[in-house]
Formats: sequence, C-alpha cells, structure tokens
Amino acid sequence: MSRLPVTKTPKPYVGGAFIRSESGRTYPLADAAGAFFAHVPQCTRKDLRNAVEAAAKAGPGWAKRTAYNRGQILYRLAEMLEARGDEMTGTLVRFGAARAAAAREVAASVDRLVYYAGWADKYEQVLGNVNPVASPHFNFTVTEPMGIVGVIAPDAPALLGLVSLVAPVIVSGNTVVALASEATPYPAVLLGEMLATSDLPGGVVNLLTGFRRELVPTFATHAHLRALSAAVGPEDAKTLRLGAADSIKRVRIVDATKPADWLSARAESVYAVRDFLEFKTTWHPIGA
Amino acid sequence: MLAKSPSAALRRLFDAVGPVDAVGIEERVAKYGTRSIKKHAKLWGLKTAVSMVDLTTLEGKDTPGKVASLCRKALQPHDAGLDVPRVAAVCVYPAMVRHARRALGTGTGVKIASVATAFPSGQAPLKTRLAEVRAAVADGADEIDMVINRGAFLAGEFATVQDEIAAVVEACGPAALKVILEVSELETYDNIRAASFLAMQVIRPGDFIKTSTGKTSLNATLGNNQVMIDAIRDHYLATGVAVGMKPAGGIRTAKQALTFLVAVKETLGDAWLTNMRYRFGASSLLNDLLRQLAKEKSGAYQAPYYFSEAAESY
Amino acid sequence: MPTLAKKTPARPVSRPGRPAPELIFGDLWPFDPAPETADPKLQPRYDLFIGGRFVAPQSGKYFDSINPANEKKLAEIALAGPADVDAAYAAAAKAAGPWAKLPGRERAKYLFRLARLLQDRAREFAVAETLDGGKPIKESRDFDVPMAAAHFFYHAGWADKLEYLAPGRRVAPLGVVGQVIPWNFPLLMLAWKLAPALAAGNTVVLKPAETTSITCLKFAEIIREAGLPPGVVNFVTGAGEVGAAVVNHPVPAKIAFTGSTDVGKLIMRALAGTDKKLTLELGGKAANIVFDDAPLDQAVEGIVNGIFFNQGHVCCAGSRLLVHEPVADAVLAKLKRRLAVLKVGDPLDKNTDIGAINSAAQLQRIRDLVAAGESEGAELYQPACRLPDKGYYFRPTLFSGVTMSHRIAREEIFGPVLSILTFRTVEEAVEKANNTAYGLSAGVWTDKGSRILKLSTELKAGVVWANTYNKFDPTSPFGGYKESGFGREGGRQGLLDYAQLT
Repeated sequence: MSRLPVTKTPKPYVGGAFIRSESGRTYPLADAAGAFFAHVPQCTRKDLRNAVEAAAKAGPGWAKRTAYNRGQILYRLAEMLEARGDEMTGTLVRFGAARAAAAREVAASVDRLVYYAGWADKYEQVLGNVNPVASPHFNFTVTEPMGIVGVIAPDAPALLGLVSLVAPVIVSGNTVVALASEATPYPAVLLGEMLATSDLPGGVVNLLTGFRRELVPTFATHAHLRALSAAVGPEDAKTLRLGAADSIKRVRIVDATKPADWLSARAESVYAVRDFLEFKTTWHPIGA
Repeated sequence: MLAKSPSAALRRLFDAVGPVDAVGIEERVAKYGTRSIKKHAKLWGLKTAVSMVDLTTLEGKDTPGKVASLCRKALQPHDAGLDVPRVAAVCVYPAMVRHARRALGTGTGVKIASVATAFPSGQAPLKTRLAEVRAAVADGADEIDMVINRGAFLAGEFATVQDEIAAVVEACGPAALKVILEVSELETYDNIRAASFLAMQVIRPGDFIKTSTGKTSLNATLGNNQVMIDAIRDHYLATGVAVGMKPAGGIRTAKQALTFLVAVKETLGDAWLTNMRYRFGASSLLNDLLRQLAKEKSGAYQAPYYFSEAAESY
Repeated sequence: MPTLAKKTPARPVSRPGRPAPELIFGDLWPFDPAPETADPKLQPRYDLFIGGRFVAPQSGKYFDSINPANEKKLAEIALAGPADVDAAYAAAAKAAGPWAKLPGRERAKYLFRLARLLQDRAREFAVAETLDGGKPIKESRDFDVPMAAAHFFYHAGWADKLEYLAPGRRVAPLGVVGQVIPWNFPLLMLAWKLAPALAAGNTVVLKPAETTSITCLKFAEIIREAGLPPGVVNFVTGAGEVGAAVVNHPVPAKIAFTGSTDVGKLIMRALAGTDKKLTLELGGKAANIVFDDAPLDQAVEGIVNGIFFNQGHVCCAGSRLLVHEPVADAVLAKLKRRLAVLKVGDPLDKNTDIGAINSAAQLQRIRDLVAAGESEGAELYQPACRLPDKGYYFRPTLFSGVTMSHRIAREEIFGPVLSILTFRTVEEAVEKANNTAYGLSAGVWTDKGSRILKLSTELKAGVVWANTYNKFDPTSPFGGYKESGFGREGGRQGLLDYAQLT
C-alpha cells in the first residue's frame, strides 16, 4: 500500500510568520489539470492593514541596513530560489506552465534577484549627485526609500512578475505588502517560504493571497502605503490612482492587458529602483 | 571630569558664548548694503558718521606738524557753511600725544586717543606695555587703544589675555580704553566672538572693543563688525554694561560708513548711534563724508581736492 | 596684577528697582521713502499668448489684475475659455514635432537667449512682479528675477546633453506639457516649469495664477524677442476653470502643477483614468529645528528668512520653529528684537522687508488661522509696526506655546505667521518635525556635524537646509515627500521628469 502524502496548508507570509486570513476565509485552488490542490487564504482588507503594520515595524531597521547588507540579503534570496529551483519549477508546471518555460521563469527570477542585489550599493552613485550651487554652500542630492509600497503582481508570470516588482522596491530599503497572482497564488506562497529562510528580516516583504476586486480599493486608499507598483488592467489602475490621490501616493502601473516580455533585460533597470525613491537635497554653508 | 582651574573655566566660557556661522553672518550683513539711505536720513547719517570719526595718523613719519594739522582738521573738518560736527577724536602714537594736546587745547570736545601697548604687534613685555599706557595718559591722552595678546589667545591662554586687558584697564585710570582684537589675526568669527567677550568681561561701561590696528591685510569688515556688535548686544542684555564699538581700517567711503551705521541701528539700536558708543577708526573716510555732504548741499559731485588734507592728487 | 579669582563676571542681570537692560529701536534715524522708480512698462490690457501671437480671448472677456499694495487696478487680463485652451494646445501640438527634432544645440541657444533677454530687462520685470504680487522689490530684484534667468541659463546647457541625463538609457521628449503655476513666485515658477520642459524638447501650455499673470505675459514679449518658434510656448490666463481645462485637455502627455495640496489631489483624481504623467509641487509645514549649540544669531536670521521671506507665501516656509528647550527663551527674545527692525509696507520701497499679502482672500485666510491660534490658546506676538491704510498687509506674527495639536501647527497658513514649539531631545525633534502629512522641507541648526547628517537622514523632507534656510538654485532639485507632492524641479532629477526613457 502506497504511503499517503502529507499535504501542505498554503499560508501567506506576513511579518515574518505564516498566517491564515483573520477572516478565516479560504478559496479552493485547483491545479492545471483541474484537480483540487489546496484551500488558499482569501485575505481581507484587515489582513492588508495588518501586513502594512508589519511592514511599518520592519521598515526603519531595513532602511538602516547598509547597502552592502541589503545586497547580500537579496543575493541570499537568489540562492534560496536557485536551491529550491526544482520545486518551484514543478509548482509552475503543476499550475500550467510547460516545463521548459517554467525552468526559464525560475532561472530568470533568480537572475533578476541577483541583478537587483548588485544594484544595492550602486544606484545611489548613479542617481544621486553633488550640485554646484552658485553660493557658498555644499549641496548634495541623495535618495531615500519611500516607505511601505503596495505591490500587485500580475496574474502571469506568477513568480517572475512578483519578483520583478518586489526586488527593485526592497533593494533600496522600502518594505512591501504584495498581493500574489490571483490565478496562480501558490508560487508566491512558496516564495514566502524561501524568504523566511533567506536572512530577509520579517515584515520587509509581506505576501497576501486573495482577490483583487476585494483588495485593490484598500491598496488604493491606505494612506500609510506611500507608493503602489501594480501590474493591472485600466480599470484597477484607475481605482488605484483615484484612491492614491487622497494621500498623494506615487503610482507605477504596468498595463497587464498589454503583452509584456518579463524575461527580457528591458524588464529590469535602475529606473525601476528610482521609481520608489525620494530625492532629498541637503544644503550646508561652507565656512570656518 | 570638568576641570576647575580658572583657565578651564574660561575655556568653557568660549563654548558658552556659542558659535558663529560665517556664511550666515555674511548673508546678514549683505542685507545692510541694500538699505537705501536718502535725503534727510542720508544727511543725518553722514553727519553722525563725521562725529564718530577717530581721525587717525599712525605712521613712522608722523611729526608734530603733521599731528597739528590733523588736529585742526578734527576741530573744523570743512568750512563752516557745511555745518558739520567735529570728529570724535584724533588718534596718534604715544610720542605724539603731547603735540596733539598742545594743538587741540582742552574743552573742544575732540578727544585724544593713543595707541599704546607696543602697537601694533603688542610684542613687548607687559611691564613695558603698561608703562607706555601710563605715559600716554600722563601726556594727555583721553583714550587708549590697546592691542590684545593674539599670541596668547591663539595658544589658548585666555586667562593671560584677559589678565593683561584688566591690567591695562587699571593703568588707564580715567582714560577710556579701546581693546583691539586684531580680527585678521584671530581669523575666524568664532575667535572674534570669544575674544570680544573675553575683553568685555573686564572692561568698563564706556570702554570699547575695536576690530583692528589697520596694519594688517584685512581690517574692519561688515562681517567682523557684526560679530562684535552682536557680542556687545548680548553682553549688554546679560549684564547691563554698555560697551562701545570701533571698526578701524578699510572704511574709506561714505557709503561704507552708512552701511556700518545701518548695522548698528538694526543690531544695537538708537542708543549706540552716538560717538560715545560707536567710532570709525579712519583717515580718508572723513573727506569722503564731507564730499558727500557737500554734494547733498549743492547737488553737484565734488572733486576730492576741494577738501583739506586730501591724499588724492590726481 | 588682577587675578581671575577677583573678577566677578556674573553681574546680576536685573537689579532691584532697575528695569532689565533693553535695546531701543526707535526713530532716531528713520529711513526716508526710497521707492523704486524703474518703469515696469505695463500695458493696459494683456491678451492670451497662443501660437507666437497675442490673441484676444474668444469670449472677449477680461478680468482685472489688482495691485495688492494699494488695491488699484494694474491691467486687464484676458479670460481664456475652453476654445482658447483648445487653440493653445493645437498650437503646442503643431510645434511639438519640429521643436523635438531641432538639434539640441539649437534648442539650447533659444534658452540661452531667454536667459539673457530676461537679464537685460531684469529691473523692469522686478518692478512689474512687485506691483502685481505685492512682494518687496528687494526680493523680486535680488531673488525672483535673477533666479528665473539662472534657471533658463542652467537648463539651456542641458538641451544638447540629454544623453547624459539617464545613464544606460536614451531619453525622448514627452510631447506637449500642460503647466499650472501659483501666485507666490509668478515669474520664477514659470521659469522652473518652462526651462526644463523646453530643454527636454517639449512644447508647453502654461497657465499663471489669476492674481499674477502680468510677468508671465511680459515674458511672452521676451519669447517673441528670442524668436522662439510659434506654439512652443503658449500662455492662457484665468482662474480655476481655466486651470481645469488645461489639466483635463486630452492633448498633453504630462501635467505639472505647483499649488495647494487640495488642488493637487483634485488633479490626481482628474488624471486617474488617463496615461498622463504628473508632477506635483504642493504645500508644506516645514519644521525649522534649532539646537542649543546652534549659531543663534544666524539661526534667528534663518528663522526670519524662513517664515517672512515673501510674506510667508512660500510652500517651503519654515512655519514651525522647533526650538531646543535650553535656548527657547533666548531664541524668542532674539526673534522679537529682530522683528523690531523689519520694515512692513510699500513693496516698491527698497527698504521694505515685508510687502503686501497677495490678495484679499489670502489675507482673510491668514486672519482666520491666526484667530484660531489665539482661540486655541497659543500666545501671540506682533511688533508694533505701522501698516499702510490701503492694501492687504499683515504684521509679522509669532505664536509661542504651540503644540502639535494646534491648527496653526498643522495647517499651511501661507503667511507671515510662525508657530513656535519646543523639544528636549533629538528624537523628539525628529518626531515632531515628521508629524505632518507634508514633507517638503526642513531646517536644522546645530554646530555638530554628525547631528546634522543624522537629522538630514531622518527628516522626511525633500530639501533639508542645515544652518541655512530658503536657499534655491537651478542645479539643486526641489520637491516634496508625502503629501507635499512628487517629482523634482531643478537639477538632473527635475529635468528627467520632463523626459521619457526609450
């Protein structure tokens, strides 16, 4: 008689812990073959609020880490994903990807993390500068993280889309509350398990599962979220921008209805990091 | 652990008077220059500046004759028609004090100031410097312009600096004292502010602090004037002791003098707009003040050689 | 020889029976009036500037521009309607292609010309600015106009160097840009908006504030003198409805707005369903933090400059003074003495430090908030200066005993009103400074270098002035965190907001 496998309860990764929705709600997730896979927590606006609190708690410490340290942690994350690459590939295949495409997506996700890990201690040198003002002052412009950033991942590619949006945000010291692909949430759950073992402080990345129609309005209006990075359609984009106006939130939209080549090198750039930075300019007199 | 010695106390005092931001001071004083002084305000300012001049000759080639003509200029800067006041004082070397006294007589209101204490370097034994002060006072000096011991100041020996000033105060007797900080050698505004307090703590109401000897590259500027009048203001408000101020050297034009007076008006207020509390140590300034007064009166720009003792011959 | 032991430097500050020493800032030496007499060369009526020509508004309607210093009419300004805004955008769209294709070197020369022509007519523009807006001639002459020229000069040189703007990427113009600017620095804000937009190869439709359109329309004369191709810059004038038409028009690829946070939110909502880019430079409630080791006299100058510059009509005004408890009394005393020699009055007088409030409406808003401050229990101080009989004036005002729950500590007053709060520790200073939805600017005064760097890191503000305040430069990016807006103006960062990465 064959052994009965132990199934896993998928749990979103929030504040460094694996949680269930405060509402107790779940929705059944089937794999590509239509077979029942698991019950996925249907996170609510209160879960989103709690995730923002977790991110707020983690933020100051994360932003104070040295750039070198943040770079190493992102690289460690790449190591984790690479090490469990087969498992992730298998998951993507189970949810409908061809094996080669799944392997490509996992490899690209690892490479994307390595790419942004390398930016950690360089973007400042590219984006900031000293300004030659016409008065006896030393004047310099540096970047700072914005704070807590809401991320809404595209439905597909479930892993690479999420990684591509999260990595440029956290590399500079922001924290993230992300909503996983609604269609394929499980890779995000798996990614959360890797985050938990990657030296990334709890609360820096918080991954929710659930429904966009339920959570987008809260992402839009939660005033403590200082920016949004969302791969959504025009409807959701408008909702996000309307809500963002109340607290002058920065919004970066990737139009999910247009074909996007997440694998290409153009999907990664220092300007994605820049989109979630504030520029701060400091003046000081030069005199004895 | 906090040291308890007197020098250490002074060292802490240096911190207690607070720092000065150089760029900020220069921004502040640049605003004085934008004040537009017209008509009555200009006449009043020019005449007041004349009354504040310490008409100065401090040269190796000074003679009794030169000093005598300076004294006549001090008593009557220009012909009576211009209606200008007498200057505040003549300022001469100690050896010239008795000649000045002879030329001026007494009761004219014009004071005799003498630079003493081994002016300008101050590099003589204290005993010698004090003797020089006493001699100048004995010869008829009403005011003594002393130099501080910059070497001691820069070496951090603040107690020495202050003790020497106190000794000169004593040697002055009835004569008023002006303490020259020699700002260009102190170099920083922080030093100038600290040195101002060092002096003010031991001088008397009616004594002065003064920027410079006029013998170094940089003399009175609006910046160091401001640092010193800020210090005078703070000292007055804390103790009630009103100390006077004398910028010296480098103030050559009426426009400059008016700008310095604006600084006084806006920092120390009306009570310092008098030669009892503010002086200009200058030689060529007086004629430019007269020249501008004559222009205000006649409406025509004046040639420099219309005014006596003019240095310009072109 | 006396010894230190004998000295008693600590003389009593106040002796029984005698008043404490005080300075006299009286009338011994009053300044005579010194009005600036240069001719502002105003026209009685200003039309819209569209397609390189002055054109009458299609409605035929005009409104009056008032001198806030004496409430007299200065000129009539065209009231643009939707059809005029259409025409302006059509002209801008027509000009966009050729302007973008013009070699950068040639575009640069146009901008250099604008800078030079403005310098040539600097005094004339300064007088016009002062008449129209009420700011002291000293400021329009020494700050607004030269700084506006400097912005054109700085950005001119970028036009042919755009490949250095975004390392790793090439940049292209956005196309047509719509811009709406406020009344506090009319010409300077115009320069901040136009110069980077044009340098990056965009064409522009700009709306000045309705109370201060004159220097904008005078600048149209300079645009003609410079020979700028028709349609590259277009000006439409009027109030909020015209601004809404500029913002909501389908043509512009980007909207740039400087003004209140409330209007900024309206614009964000209006653009929510579009792909238009947006930059916002909005309100502020800056903390100016003074520590006990600061150079106090220079700090007082910085506080005065921070809140009374341009009558406090400055989005980055240092309107909340946070002063370290050990020096709180000393700083307040010094501030009061400094206020005693500030001259409030005729903006055209060269000696005026504080001019007229820009409009009757703004004066009313200031009065309302000051009344709120008094009724909430803060202690008010105003110097006893005389104000002119006609015109909109307000005395420089200090409120002490303010807490973070007072309205005057939270709301932007946009007037010469300073709220003074105290703090005990560095951490408390940072907390209070950041306890606001705004984040435009902040000031720090301390002699300790490492503390400056710590605060400049922890203050959530786009500009931090350390041991100085209200300094601006074309090379120096300006803009806010949080609800003070997004995007920067000035420097490399500001210019990139007018380009797209390709």
